[in-house]
Amino acid sequence: MEIKNASAGTLESGDIFVQIGPSTTGGVTIDLDSTVALQFGDQIKRVIADTLQELNVTGVEVKATDKGALDCTIRARVTAAAVRATGVDVWK
Amino acid sequence: MSSIKDRAQLISAAAQKMNKNVYDDARTIKSITHKSEMPKEASKVVTLEEAIRGTGLKDGMTISFHHHFRGGDKVVNMVVDKLAEMGYKNLHLAASSLQDVHAPLIEHIKNGVITEISTSGMRGALATEVSHGLMEKPVIFRSHGGRGSAIATGDLHIDVAFLGTSSSDPAGNSCGYSRSENGKSICGSLGYALPDAQYADKVVILTDDLVAYPNTPNSISERNVDYVVVVDSVGDSSKIASGAIRDTKNPRDILLAKQAAKVIINSGYFKDGFSIQTGSGGASLAAVKYIRESMIEKGIKASFALGGITAHMVKLHEEGLIERLIDVQSFDKVAAESIKTDPMHKEVSANEYASADEPGSATHYLDIVILSALEVDTKFNVNVLVGSDGIIRGAIGGHPDTAADSALSIIVCPLLRGRIPCVVDEVTTLITPGSTVDVVVTEYGIAVNPRRPELAERLRQAGLNIVDINALKDRAKSIIGDAAELPFGDKVVGVVMNRDGSVMDVIKNIVD
Repeated sequence: MEIKNASAGTLESGDIFVQIGPSTTGGVTIDLDSTVALQFGDQIKRVIADTLQELNVTGVEVKATDKGALDCTIRARVTAAAVRATGVDVWK
Repeated sequence: MSSIKDRAQLISAAAQKMNKNVYDDARTIKSITHKSEMPKEASKVVTLEEAIRGTGLKDGMTISFHHHFRGGDKVVNMVVDKLAEMGYKNLHLAASSLQDVHAPLIEHIKNGVITEISTSGMRGALATEVSHGLMEKPVIFRSHGGRGSAIATGDLHIDVAFLGTSSSDPAGNSCGYSRSENGKSICGSLGYALPDAQYADKVVILTDDLVAYPNTPNSISERNVDYVVVVDSVGDSSKIASGAIRDTKNPRDILLAKQAAKVIINSGYFKDGFSIQTGSGGASLAAVKYIRESMIEKGIKASFALGGITAHMVKLHEEGLIERLIDVQSFDKVAAESIKTDPMHKEVSANEYASADEPGSATHYLDIVILSALEVDTKFNVNVLVGSDGIIRGAIGGHPDTAADSALSIIVCPLLRGRIPCVVDEVTTLITPGSTVDVVVTEYGIAVNPRRPELAERLRQAGLNIVDINALKDRAKSIIGDAAELPFGDKVVGVVMNRDGSVMDVIKNIVD
């Protein structure tokens, strides 16, 4: 699967800005910067990883800048970024 | 016939009996110089350095400041910079509150100039550093009423107060506005500075508008002032309406404000002659707009509005809907102008505003207060000081004072702020005890303290959505999941005082 650099989301409060690019090491690496990292950092990373797994996306580096987004928002932003990065439309 | 000469013996005998001297006319010296030509040596106007030396300030003493310029304050940084330059160490900084703009204090703390802080709140970089253990001694947090009380009783003794004022004459008569053409910085009420002016051993006024004597009507009297220092600027008035004050356009805040207004109108306390106060949150300020219509419709007038006075309150007052304004802090420029021109808009000192042990405190006469919150828990306890991430990011203000003294205290907060829940199992830090909180308004329903069943019934009758506070907490949790435990360390970085002078909670350091 060819991965291009792609992003989705904004830096508004309540949103998450997700950038996806090709990984040099394979697998999925997640770099998270969150305003609620102390309380919800692990949970947010898990939602990102689960979403990518459901989409069968691997070999990516994810950089996420979170401003307190809810799980549904995180899933939507990660999905949109993944579709843009892979060119595979999952909504059809 | 009895002349004064004939009575000399009796005068002398009366004086002796009273242990007083007999009046000696030869000792009377009358000054006949035109007062405008009086020698300038008598003036209290000196440089900041001369004033500091003159007060006899020593290492280890307590200095105080007010926060009426909020985010625009220039006095704290200016004075502490000068004290550092003069080599002072181990000072206790007792401010009525601190803001983002006071981040330069971090360096002064590291250098040992400031080793103790007492305040109502703290924000920004200073608060973050303190939360991580910057200071050896914990910061003492008091409510505004609690601080006024502590100053009056001597619990908080102030050696030297440095008070920024918008105008002063050379004798020190000063206020938070200016009647001269040169007025630069106005803040309106000087309520939080008045206990300091009254009780501090020495008082230094800093002003950017030195006017001719007499600068009346004045808030601070020359009898309490030792020195007057003229500076370029004491504060940026345009930043008064910063920090916690927002005029909201947020639709959720407007929804909350409308709900809060319905609670007030149907509470049983919405009667002619009622009194009201609003806190500084967007929704609580906006609630005033929505009770206005109902006041007009039902012909109800308020006897007074208290506290942080806003443009909304001034408008209702000018429309005749609120008879009097009692103002400890002017929240915007409209309020600051109004206190200058309107005799029914009264300035009040912090201890006469909200001290528990001051019988004349205005809060004792308060019917309704609308307040905001960072967190409310299922016992109705409220936190307005420490964020859900364990970092200090707010101020106690008059929250616990008004909640305790009012007949009806209403907390307005959203269920969630982003991913942060506002209704929780237990507040991160206890600021306002649940025993003093009556109603919590959220966009998912209104919770009434079980101590007030009659109130819950009235609101239910009015068709409001009354819910169990536990249901609100569960609803928040179902959306956001379980938060991880905060990484608190073992160091106490803050102590929260109750308004009665007892210790209510401590804040531990965050390790990350």
